[in-house]
Amino acid sequence: MEKRTQFPVGWLPYALVAPQLAITVVFFIWPAGQALWQSLLVQDAFATHTEFVWFENFKVLFADETYIESFKVTAVFSTLVASFGLSISLILAACCDHVLRGAKAYQTLIIWPYAVAPAIAAVIWAFMFNPTVGILAHGMKLLGYDWNHLLNSGQAMTLVVVSALFKLIPYDFLFFLAGLQSIPKSLIEAAAIDGAGPIRRFFTIAFPLLSPTSFFLLVVNLVYAFFDTFAIIDAATAGGPSRSTTILVYKVFHDGFKGLDLGGSAAQSVILMVIVISLTVVQFRFIERKVQY
Amino acid sequence: MIENRPWLTFFCHALLIASVIAVAFPLYIAFIASTHTAERMFELPLPLLPGSEMLHNYVTVLQHGVAGASTAPVGRMMFNSLVVALTVTFGKITISILSAFAIVYFRFPLKNFFFWMIFITLMLPVEVRILPTYKVIADLGLLDTYAGLTIPLIASATATFLFRQFFMTIPDELMEAARIDGAGALRFFWDVVLPLSKTNIAALFVILFIYGWNQYLWPLLVTTQEDMYTVVIGIKRMIPGGDASVDWNLVMATAMLALAPPALVVLLMQRWFVKGLVDTEK
Repeated sequence: MEKRTQFPVGWLPYALVAPQLAITVVFFIWPAGQALWQSLLVQDAFATHTEFVWFENFKVLFADETYIESFKVTAVFSTLVASFGLSISLILAACCDHVLRGAKAYQTLIIWPYAVAPAIAAVIWAFMFNPTVGILAHGMKLLGYDWNHLLNSGQAMTLVVVSALFKLIPYDFLFFLAGLQSIPKSLIEAAAIDGAGPIRRFFTIAFPLLSPTSFFLLVVNLVYAFFDTFAIIDAATAGGPSRSTTILVYKVFHDGFKGLDLGGSAAQSVILMVIVISLTVVQFRFIERKVQY
Repeated sequence: MIENRPWLTFFCHALLIASVIAVAFPLYIAFIASTHTAERMFELPLPLLPGSEMLHNYVTVLQHGVAGASTAPVGRMMFNSLVVALTVTFGKITISILSAFAIVYFRFPLKNFFFWMIFITLMLPVEVRILPTYKVIADLGLLDTYAGLTIPLIASATATFLFRQFFMTIPDELMEAARIDGAGALRFFWDVVLPLSKTNIAALFVILFIYGWNQYLWPLLVTTQEDMYTVVIGIKRMIPGGDASVDWNLVMATAMLALAPPALVVLLMQRWFVKGLVDTEK
């Protein structure tokens, strides 16, 4: 953990950590504390009267149908994003690991969308699926399928999932590829000599050895789906139609800035905080375990 | 290659080529749309080949923005994005390399407490503290300023961890030798630690540039004046509710301009990008 020898302590180490600590306290810890505190308060619209109400905001929240609905939407959304993200990128990584020619070129051409901002990806996909000018919506109409994600909630969900996957697959792909390439060739050769075919080898050797990577990616993908997809929802569907793509993060923003419900929004923030903290703890506990392998 | 399986190899190539096309298709369609007139967007058959308006469209958005949308010219928004991305990148690298240096090379009271405080920021993304953070920025009078856009994004636990991990691998002998030669902490940092960290800094640069350029929620909260918008949030303002009045050709031209800088960074610095991505998540 620590270096054998250290520099003599004076004011210097404090000066070195000061900038980061100052920003952390002012913009992270203080606001988070405020959120915790406000989640226990009720304020009227003109901020003239504030009352301490214990957990009333949370009670109201969980009695609120739209909030429960938002939980369900988030569950569906993140399950779809994580499961498609993991499976598609695993298949692509396995293919890229198998081929000899052009593997590097494939890698480059598959990972570049990671650079595209989620909001930009959402705008481009929304354009392609646009009922009047979109090429994909048009193609589906020719095949006899009516597409309008502005009215149909299932289609709106498809649109945001596709936009979210656009940036997620490159990321998962890179990690799976690195994982596959680190599997000792001798293991695979031994299995091949014993007569196992490529599919069998994949499921009995590569797949189990990738399980730490997969678990890590699962947590990362869930965090991504829960928190980093705000831009996608806002740019592609704005939570609609009729709240069918309003994930929790979008609801906090919407209730706080458009609805100006301070206590309710703070209570939602607190619940989100609990979710991130538990996901982070799971991730770190798991990483500690991986070290012991 | 362990054995020759032509069908499997063929299948893999086919799948990879299909996915490369699937990934490139949106980019192609966006590019095609950006080379036509606004009217052409609504005519059948929909355009699949480049039109003649490319130069005109790009010059229009860069200099004037999109008519009817309340945004600044895209040139201005690109400049804002560049300022934000570079400030966040250099700011993050600077403050986290300094604090990691202090945490690794000094033993001082409250060190572990500071370390945990930095660690906690991992668990508090902007999304969970939207309103209170907004209030802090408003109270400090930093709305619509570059400082307000960038400073809150500069604190980063991941970069600090990355540097800390790396510093732990620097042999102790280097530091002992430096001390015997009479070098102080800052001299050692400048002459030994910083040159050794070049690779890590390059990798972080790529990741953080993308992170900074692609920020959405924070600029959305902090900016109210059009000439402070970054291009990523500006593009959303070009698409109001009903879609009849949207100039899709200009919106797509803006999208192409907005995704070009980070995409170029990834393509040109791919080696650093892969390293940065894998390292920062360890």
